[in-house]
Amino acid sequence: MAGPSPWATHLSHAGPCSLAALRTAWLRYPNLLRRYLFSTDHKVIGLQYAFTSLFFLLVGFSLAVLIRWQQAYAGQPLPLLTLLVGEVNAPGGIMLPEFYNQLGAMHGTIMVFLGVVPLAVGAFGNYLVPLQIGAPDMAFPRLNLASYWFYAAGGVVMLASFFVPGGAAMSGWTSYPPLADFAPQGQTWWLAGMLLLVLSSLLGAVNFITTIVQLRAPGMTWFRLPFFVWTQLITSFLLLLAFPALQAAAILQGMDRLAGTSFFLPSGLMVGGQAVDVAGGGSALLWQHLFWFLAHPEVYVLVLPAMGIVAEIIANNSRKPVFGYRLMVYSIFVLGFLSFTVWAHHMYLTGMGTTISAIFQATTMIISIPSVIVLSALVLSLHGGSIRFNTPMLFALAFLPMFGIGGLTGLPLGLAATDIPLHDTNYVVGHFHYLVAPGTIFALFAGIYHWFPKITGRMMNETLGRLHFAGSLVTMNLIFFPMLMQGMAGVNRRLWDGGAIYQHAEPVLYLNVPMAHAAFGLALVQVFFIVNLFMSLKGGRRVTANPWEATTLEWAAPTPPRAHGNFDELPRVYRGPYEYSVPGMDVDFLPQHVPDAKAGA
Amino acid sequence: MIEWLGMPVGASAHAVEVDRLMALVHWLMLVMFVGWSTYFTYVLVRFRRGRNPRASYHGVRSRWSTWAEAGVLVSEVVLLVFFAIPFWSRQVDALPAEQGSTVVRVVAEQFAWNVHYPGPDGVFGRTSSDLVSADNPLGLDRRDPAGRDDLTLVNELNLPVGRPAIIWLSTKDVIHSFALPQMRVKQDAIPGVLQPVWFTPSETGQWEIVCAQLCGLAHFRMRGIYRIQTPDEFQAWLAEEAKYLPAY
Amino acid sequence: MEIPYTSEPRPDTGLTNPKIGIWLFLASEVMLFGSLFSAYALLRMGAETWPDQSAVLSVPLATLNTVILIVSSATIVLALAAVRAGRIDAYRRFMGLTILGGAAFLVVKAFEYSDKFAQGLVPATDNFLALYFTLTGLHALHVVGGLVVNLYLWGPGVRMWRTDPARFTGRIEVAGLYWHFVDVVWIFLFPVLYLL
Ligand code: HEA
Ligand code: HEA
Ligand code: CUA
Ligand SMILES: [Cu+2]
Repeated sequence: MAGPSPWATHLSHAGPCSLAALRTAWLRYPNLLRRYLFSTDHKVIGLQYAFTSLFFLLVGFSLAVLIRWQQAYAGQPLPLLTLLVGEVNAPGGIMLPEFYNQLGAMHGTIMVFLGVVPLAVGAFGNYLVPLQIGAPDMAFPRLNLASYWFYAAGGVVMLASFFVPGGAAMSGWTSYPPLADFAPQGQTWWLAGMLLLVLSSLLGAVNFITTIVQLRAPGMTWFRLPFFVWTQLITSFLLLLAFPALQAAAILQGMDRLAGTSFFLPSGLMVGGQAVDVAGGGSALLWQHLFWFLAHPEVYVLVLPAMGIVAEIIANNSRKPVFGYRLMVYSIFVLGFLSFTVWAHHMYLTGMGTTISAIFQATTMIISIPSVIVLSALVLSLHGGSIRFNTPMLFALAFLPMFGIGGLTGLPLGLAATDIPLHDTNYVVGHFHYLVAPGTIFALFAGIYHWFPKITGRMMNETLGRLHFAGSLVTMNLIFFPMLMQGMAGVNRRLWDGGAIYQHAEPVLYLNVPMAHAAFGLALVQVFFIVNLFMSLKGGRRVTANPWEATTLEWAAPTPPRAHGNFDELPRVYRGPYEYSVPGMDVDFLPQHVPDAKAGA
Repeated sequence: MIEWLGMPVGASAHAVEVDRLMALVHWLMLVMFVGWSTYFTYVLVRFRRGRNPRASYHGVRSRWSTWAEAGVLVSEVVLLVFFAIPFWSRQVDALPAEQGSTVVRVVAEQFAWNVHYPGPDGVFGRTSSDLVSADNPLGLDRRDPAGRDDLTLVNELNLPVGRPAIIWLSTKDVIHSFALPQMRVKQDAIPGVLQPVWFTPSETGQWEIVCAQLCGLAHFRMRGIYRIQTPDEFQAWLAEEAKYLPAY
Repeated sequence: MEIPYTSEPRPDTGLTNPKIGIWLFLASEVMLFGSLFSAYALLRMGAETWPDQSAVLSVPLATLNTVILIVSSATIVLALAAVRAGRIDAYRRFMGLTILGGAAFLVVKAFEYSDKFAQGLVPATDNFLALYFTLTGLHALHVVGGLVVNLYLWGPGVRMWRTDPARFTGRIEVAGLYWHFVDVVWIFLFPVLYLL
């Protein structure tokens, strides 16, 4: 990692953060490794998660840019490509389908399991949950450390798989057998990586739930928890109870690949005209049920923490309490429960009878209601506010309509009849990218801009932030809206040539070119962010402990919070999380830990 | 609405229903999106700091949002109960009688669609994996009396218009997905499962069979041709093809 | 700063952190084995033929193993009772017995496995054996995990008794819960794989 480490700010609580300071610190603390690499402090682990997951987001994004380039210019040689990805993957500058399929599968996997979830839960959750509930640390600091290292190991395994013979996994992030059973070695690496990641999530989930149940500060009753903490709690339950299904599935697929079993292989398979030499009797659909039993709850894992971040930022920057706090909490409970009951809406076209499909269509429609409630509540929260449009707020606000488009496009997919033409088309790809990219990723950006001053004591640059915001908003829509149009026209996903071979794709094929350019544009505007992030570490405007005049407990801790312990003295909580603009007060915010309303200032 | 969505032409009897539901959902989505966006824009302008320096602790008090949410729920229930579920039980779940329908087998493999007609006797000949070879991808047993008149083709499917078509779908190797966009038909071909799909073509034309499920390296070009012909053309075509049958 | 409630319960929840932690962990384990049992049910229901399980596997050995595990579950309860009563040598005796039980279970299991292998019965033979080896193999891994923890608590870990007896007692309780869980999984595996 180039530039000074942000952990450097933890070295001394007051001292300036510079390379020189780092050097003296190194001399002072010969066991730096133990302090900053194997620390059990939730804040250090949170930052480790943050940087690792940002790195993986960047990797996942690079793969996506290659995907977009390929779909626009399939078959056209680009010598630079050979330089980038090697002769094996793109001989003569032409990307091989083998490699294209690796890009798709690994982009999905990396974004979901190594990028967004670790950033949303591992980084934001880890750093903020103990602070927001007024705890000195997580309940199990050493498990926390283990969780990070399992995650890092999983990431290394996944990245390494690109370099094994045959390349990385290439059967989609969904890894449907029999295809995945027959795929080259990379698939085994994928399974091993997934098992490590599952382990990491399980440890994390146990830790989060225990922390939230046990370590709330005195006075921090359940309904005084910031909404963000609620989202982390539900998310942890989803991780805890849904991931084991994938764990089981990965074990079974591993057995199929390594021990020659046929859990997912029915009798009588023939590949390339040759009978497959296995016992048979397995079921290909078994995998799909196990996979989606995890993967549907997983999509709410992607979005719940994002909703939490957005709620915090909207309350803070509209200077008023969120609308319907309790209703929002109940809604995400319902969302959590229901998310275990909709998985087969990914499988309508596997041959489903009326009864089963009716059940899953009904649960799918029902689950959209709590999302509508939460989103409406967030929009309504703005009513009567005094809205500050700073960078975090811009990202948080943009989350709402973007999530709206993504969520609404889920409805035609959720009705089995309209899923017939849309299933496995780019409409699906557009649907979920609206939720995860300008949705979740925007929320995560918002979170980074918002909590950066707490972590470092410095502000990020506002101009660069706005450029980053505007650029990302425009380019993201230019990439993902055309996907919806292409999908409606019947263009499938996962096509090496972007659909060029198909007649029905012809009317919308031209869109691939602007989509590719927009992807390059999106990459370019990220430079504003990366520059801003590293520049502000050293050169950002210095701020006090509570620059946003916020009410929740993390802002009551010193900036940066104390290593091992967070607070100078554990806080006591007197009220709910969003007491902004309380009538009859001079200042417009009343922090949770301040005993007397008059002392609010 | 349906014209704006840019779907491919709908050329089967049930396409109308699918498209109607598609249009209805998209109307619902549009109304919701425009409604919320308008309100959203309004609050952003009205309650910006410059205009409203002091926030109100209580915010909105009216209950209309509850009504809006209830409205969404009701619309979804209507779409589900009156459109989506009946459609499925009528169209997807219930097969028409084999008499009066054109019955075809389609066997997917990496990366081709093998099409099998039962011939004039209406009975599919025996197939066996032992007989599978490059020029007999279906492993059809031509010595079986029922199999002598069977037609087999690769990546080519012909069907008469106006008559239900039943397609028995299966796959030899991995999962594929048999999609006829203009028929509003898509069905995964799952190994080990024999799955029927049916539809009634309502317009003649020539289009493409699409593989919709990632099935390996050449997934992107696992394409076939299908033709919806007039009954006469179809009969003529059958007769023409029968001429090339091997003699036994 | 110390993490509160590691050994004394939080008043309003009435629980210690490790106890909540282990229950959550076990909940996820239930989902893991639950998924595998569902896989078993689905594959067996869809199968054209299914071997006579009790003829393929050795019911007597499995019965023996069931008894061994149940006994070791009892001894770990006694070990906990001994710790609570402050009798640390009784604790070590009972924990030792628990460890022996776990080890004996694995030895019997190893016999069963090698017998199957000798007959040429391997996971690839058919789906029943595939499930048998996968499920019992995963269970055996859980036994190994439990053994490692129990060995630690029996050996070096016992030092904590002198410095922090409350926390040590909590650890034994948690280890006991885990060990019971391993036992319960086996009690499901035994009829499902050997008898049904
Ligand atoms: C964050 C991730 C996320 C979220 C939240 C959702 C939410 C939903 N998803 Fe989606 N989905 C995915 C990620 C997600 N999905 C992914 C990754 C896939 C593909 C996997 C693959 O195949 O690879 C997928 C696929 C997928 C399918 C399978 C499609 C197919 O393969 O054919 C279906 C079908 O039912 C579906 C439905 C839904 C529904 C009904 C919701 C509902 O919960 C949505 C409810 C939300 C709303 C209805 C929005 C309401 C909000 C407003 C109205 C506010 C508007 C505000 C303003 C304008 C200011 N999704
Ligand atoms: C969380 C999940 C997630 C996210 C965020 C994204 C983000 C993006 N995705 Fe993707 N995508 C998936 C999950 C996700 N995707 C999945 C599951 C699939 C299906 C795979 C399959 O078919 O099996 C898929 C498939 C998929 C496809 C279809 C491939 C195909 O069908 O063959 C495409 C094509 O354009 C695509 C593009 C993009 C683009 C352009 C982005 C962009 O929005 C990316 C934006 C990213 C950033 C803006 C990164 C910001 C980070 C930084 C700037 C880092 C800074 C670093 C430091 C400071 C160190 N994705
Ligand atoms: Cu066959 Cu894709
Ligand atoms: Cu889903």
